[in-house]
Amino acid sequence: MSRPVGSCQQCGAKIEFKFSSAVQTVCEFCQSILVRHDVDLERVGEVADLPPDVSPIQMGTEGVYRNKAFWVAGRILYNYELGGWNEWHIVFQDGVSGWLSDAQAVYAITFPAEPGQILPPAADLAPRHAFRFGDTGYQVTTLTRARYAGVQGELPFEYWNKDEVLFADLRSASTNFGTIDYSEEPPLLFLGETVDFDALRLKNLRSFEGW
Amino acid sequence: MGAPAKPAVKTLDCPSCGGVIELRGLGQTLRAVCVNCLSIIDTTSPELRIIQKFEAKQRIIPLIPLGTRGKLDGDPFEAIGFQARQILVDGTAYQWREYVLFNPFKGFRYLSEYDGHWNNIQTLQAIPADASFGGKRAVKYENETYRHFQSANASTVYVMGEFPWMVMVGEEVFAEDFIAPPRMLSSEKSFGEITWSRGEYMTPEQVREAFALKQALPSPRGVFANQPSPHKALVGSSWITAVVLMALLAALMTLCSLAMGQRQVLKEHYSFTPGSGEASFVTPVFALDGRTSNLELSTYTNLDNNWAYLSFALINEQTGQALDFGRELSYYHGRDSDGSWTEGSNSDSVLIPSVPPGRYYLRVEPEMQTAPGFSQRPTAMAAMRYEITLRRDVPWNLPFVLGFVVLLIPPLLRTFRAWSFESTRWKESDYAPSSSDGDDDDDD
Repeated sequence: MSRPVGSCQQCGAKIEFKFSSAVQTVCEFCQSILVRHDVDLERVGEVADLPPDVSPIQMGTEGVYRNKAFWVAGRILYNYELGGWNEWHIVFQDGVSGWLSDAQAVYAITFPAEPGQILPPAADLAPRHAFRFGDTGYQVTTLTRARYAGVQGELPFEYWNKDEVLFADLRSASTNFGTIDYSEEPPLLFLGETVDFDALRLKNLRSFEGW
Repeated sequence: MGAPAKPAVKTLDCPSCGGVIELRGLGQTLRAVCVNCLSIIDTTSPELRIIQKFEAKQRIIPLIPLGTRGKLDGDPFEAIGFQARQILVDGTAYQWREYVLFNPFKGFRYLSEYDGHWNNIQTLQAIPADASFGGKRAVKYENETYRHFQSANASTVYVMGEFPWMVMVGEEVFAEDFIAPPRMLSSEKSFGEITWSRGEYMTPEQVREAFALKQALPSPRGVFANQPSPHKALVGSSWITAVVLMALLAALMTLCSLAMGQRQVLKEHYSFTPGSGEASFVTPVFALDGRTSNLELSTYTNLDNNWAYLSFALINEQTGQALDFGRELSYYHGRDSDGSWTEGSNSDSVLIPSVPPGRYYLRVEPEMQTAPGFSQRPTAMAAMRYEITLRRDVPWNLPFVLGFVVLLIPPLLRTFRAWSFESTRWKESDYAPSSSDGDDDDDD
């Protein structure tokens, strides 16, 4: 695994990319958001203090999904009316990256997917709206208007200072799970499945006092 | 089971009454209730906004005290919230209780309790597919069909502790239950969004053990929607057992009849005309060999709307010992306003047990109606022709027949109990037989 190294424009700290395809990272020392252009690092912003977090997952947590080991390289934190949730950016041993979401300790792993169709505009969506991706039928179960609350670590794309973002959660008759992310045009589709905490065999978890 | 770790309890001051509110949800919850002044507080707002003040005629004491830790499916969970909910059926309120359980890694679980029946409930991340079962509504999830049981509006009437959703007293959801005992799928619809959950039946003993409760929990009353039938699993095996035993019995019966090797020792034809002098006579002597065994005496007559009485004596030629017995035969038939009828039979058979070997003969004395005036029918006075047959070593099937009947009792009883359990279960459903629709479908 290549480890491009640079230094933070703001504080001069050494910046190391553990995930070779990372596009963005956050300086651990000064919270500067740094975007990679070839070999140069551009400081595009700064992360405010992350709100208090309740996820048992943290930077550096490792796990296994479908017999492939992964580690947590970064995350995007969102807030909405029912609290916050995390989209953990996970990187597998073969360099593939995906997302492990944790909302009130309900876990799902998703990967960017090709919709193979034009996704309807957000305004046309309502709960129970049906989709078919591949062999699987999905239904919109919740529409969530979330506020971007911060980023941490390495991400596979530039993602910072977003405003409100609309997400449509898709569920199926089985564990298949998906999300349509309306933060971009055209919207992004992520497909995967809900996963059992134990099945991920997570290590380096956060500890909670008394638990 | 080791003692659960000491729960870490955070507290906040109630913005309404200043009372202490304990927080156990580590920030995963949205609402907390002040038990002192019955205020529901938004714990996500910095100023601890009061969402609602509710009234309760009386405080409900949870059977599992909040803060108690237990073990469900191998994981520790702490009781952090409690609500009482109810549905109205024909104006009657049915109330049940729900516990919010929390584990920072595994998330939320729920326990429900109604009349001593418990369910271990988990929110589903899937949407069960619509299905049907015997023409009625059902849903399918993980290859299991759940039959629709009940639909009702459920409202929250009392809350305590913390909740991971925006709970309100008086809030109503449209709830539907689908059952596949011991499991149940429930959907709750509010504001267009549907949440599915899956429950698994638990007994009070299992709950008490899981939470190491000191006091016994109330015993279940009646049959609950997804309570597993204690009989259902046994119906099949009780029939299998019965069939196996009956097959053995049939084999034994065949062996016995083969071993008996019945043989005819006498077959004679006679006729008798009433009033024709001395009626009694003796048969030829016959030999009964082998060991002491039974002897079957069969009589076939041509009686027709008439009766006869036959006195028999089985006499041992050597010892002179006699066994006296009599047989009555009567056979009548005719036609009346109800149609044709028959009564009695013109043949008869009797089994004499334990006759020692030896040379024997039978003394026979027939008797019939002699007064000619009694009957208008000339045939009634006609001579009776009859045949006497004696068979030695006749297989005796009555014990086997009784055996078959006895073997049928347990599975029949079991089947009846299973049926009765199911009918009690469905009496609480939307499909309760208010009118006799006779539409009981089998459970398989």
